[in-house]
Amino acid sequence: MAGKRKPKLAVWKFSSCDGCQLSLLDCEDELLTVAASVEIAYFLEATRATIKGPYALSLVEGSISTPEDAERIRAVRRQSKVLITIGACATSGGIQALRNFQDVEQFISTVYARPEFIDTLATSTAIAEHVPVDFELRGCPIDKHQLLEVLNAFLNGRKPNVPRHSQCIECKQAGTVCVMVARGTPCLGPVTQAGCGNLCPSCNRGCYGCFGPKETPNPASLSARFGELGMAQPAVKQIYRLFNAHAPEFQQESQRHE
Amino acid sequence: MSKQTRTIKVDALARVEGEGALHVRIKDGVVKDVKFRIFEPPRFFEAFLQGRLYSEAPDITARICGICPIAYMMGASQAMEDALGMAVTGPLRDLRRLIYCGEWIESHVLHAYLLHAPDFLGFEDAIRLSQHHPGVVEKALQLKKLGNRILEVIGGRAVHPVNLRVGGFYRTPRKDAIRALIGPLQWAVEASLDTVKLVGGFDFPDYHYDYTCVSLHHPDEYPITQGRLISNRGLDIAIDEFSNHIIEQHVAHSNALQGHLQGSDCYLVGPIARYNNNFEQLSDLARQAAGEAGLGRVCDNPFQSIVVRAVETLYACEEALRLAENYEEPDAPYVEPTVQAGIGHGCTEAPRGICYHRYQLDENGRILEATIVPPTSQNQLQIERDLWGVVEKNLDLPEDRLKWRCEQTIRNYDPCISCATHFLRLTVERE
Ligand code: SF4
Ligand code: SF4
Repeated sequence: MAGKRKPKLAVWKFSSCDGCQLSLLDCEDELLTVAASVEIAYFLEATRATIKGPYALSLVEGSISTPEDAERIRAVRRQSKVLITIGACATSGGIQALRNFQDVEQFISTVYARPEFIDTLATSTAIAEHVPVDFELRGCPIDKHQLLEVLNAFLNGRKPNVPRHSQCIECKQAGTVCVMVARGTPCLGPVTQAGCGNLCPSCNRGCYGCFGPKETPNPASLSARFGELGMAQPAVKQIYRLFNAHAPEFQQESQRHE
Repeated sequence: MSKQTRTIKVDALARVEGEGALHVRIKDGVVKDVKFRIFEPPRFFEAFLQGRLYSEAPDITARICGICPIAYMMGASQAMEDALGMAVTGPLRDLRRLIYCGEWIESHVLHAYLLHAPDFLGFEDAIRLSQHHPGVVEKALQLKKLGNRILEVIGGRAVHPVNLRVGGFYRTPRKDAIRALIGPLQWAVEASLDTVKLVGGFDFPDYHYDYTCVSLHHPDEYPITQGRLISNRGLDIAIDEFSNHIIEQHVAHSNALQGHLQGSDCYLVGPIARYNNNFEQLSDLARQAAGEAGLGRVCDNPFQSIVVRAVETLYACEEALRLAENYEEPDAPYVEPTVQAGIGHGCTEAPRGICYHRYQLDENGRILEATIVPPTSQNQLQIERDLWGVVEKNLDLPEDRLKWRCEQTIRNYDPCISCATHFLRLTVERE
């Protein structure tokens, strides 16, 4: 019990699939080491023991899509010294943000027989639209090595090394043949942030943008290229409307093709 | 004690994926009401799938659940293949079964060791467990890692793999990559056998239920990716008849739809149902290990689901080993779909039980209508029923013990609440 108290880590869930917090449990080789260097104070997916805040570091998964969640995120922010959002849901509203482009009432009645039982907001939004966020880690899901890097960086008071350049640079670094040049396969790599480990192009498929927009992307010129590859306007719109549909750069580009 | 009015609140059910709440009302020592609520915010997958292309469904539906993405990707792919009048057979089908084994291993080990075992050993979580039983958790993590490794080798990554598509895969894994799994899988068969022994030795609360078990059944194998829908009460139908027999109901206290089986009020899906309906198709080693761990031919104690999960993990390791040993690179990574209008059904055995998909496509392959029935919504009613029975049997437990026992009862189901829309707030009201 002697010595310095370990920093308290909390993991919070909002609207999500749990895949990003699972990435923490998926750090099989590092999990017990991480658990030894922090005090896991709140992590419901892993433990029934909960310790009161304030917390040194909060990881937030999921988007804000209900009135209670909009309240709860403020409470989380008040108790957290550092707040890091993890994953596309938390950083851009996630796949469930597709409702932002449509009538949510109609959505509810498509899925539920008794719409009056459902309490939801018309939009699914990123955490940073509600409270100040210290760092946003991208991906649907996040990459566990990037997560460990971010945890290490914040616990040691340094800046995380998470590049904001494009997927294309990752392809070049890995020596992966460009799917757009070689096969004419539409690929969001030129406008998508690197970090996944070059997954889709190395499986011979185009990137579908799950890490969200890179720093200063140029989607308009990419869309023009898609047109030359024979993609119709509605398809160009849809390609931006997936897991990061509500990220501003992707949203604007999809709206241009409406 | 019984004349007191008491309310207990647990603001969150831990060690389940997603968010749920439980409300129990006891009056004069008699259980009056049990409500298991799911209040994970709805995400409306079925609504925003409308208008998307058939080929997008596997990647989109994967995001319903980060723990069992393969179940969704495979169910969606097979439903689309059904609608497009095509089938994936031979080596591509084997490769699908292999990656699905990876998901069973990863998900079952996560649940059995990290989420459920701490209940039996009286620890709040696996990290505290690991401090008292060094080695156990480390071994489990290695086993889970191997499940994830299979997903990575075939699918590109463990959560939401990128390499699966309607018709098969984008790229077939190289033979040497699959063969590299053989050594670790041989170790895993032994390690999972030890798991069966370990969890078989736990103390199981005395509770039994005569379940209506619904699962897939396949003539040639323990069901994972395909089969007919059967029950221990005579149901035997093709999966396209699913909606004629199972109705989803929307109840006020939950954001998940509850599944009802026609002619029976509630039913069970998942490891116990699969085991009871398909015991003969387990491997010799798995059946023998089950017997030695105290499981009968039929399991009717939901607390023993942890043992069944361990037996299925053993089976999945053996099966993955067999598939890896026989792997040859398929001629083509996928069967090319021909777009046409149609209706298709897909149903697979997710780690938590049957997961059903139905899509209607227009002539351009656009989705007109989508229905997805995940396992946890089907088990919801049965969970309430079990809770009712467990509370009745344990009324004299002190409040905090009773609360823990209720949580444990819910965790028997490994409820993937994210799937069922989707944390548990427990209130016990005693009047
Ligand atoms: S970002 Fe993707 S993987 Fe992460 S919680 Fe959201 S849906 Fe799941
Ligand atoms: S290539 Fe693109 S879509 Fe594929 S995993 Fe990486 S960021 Fe996600």
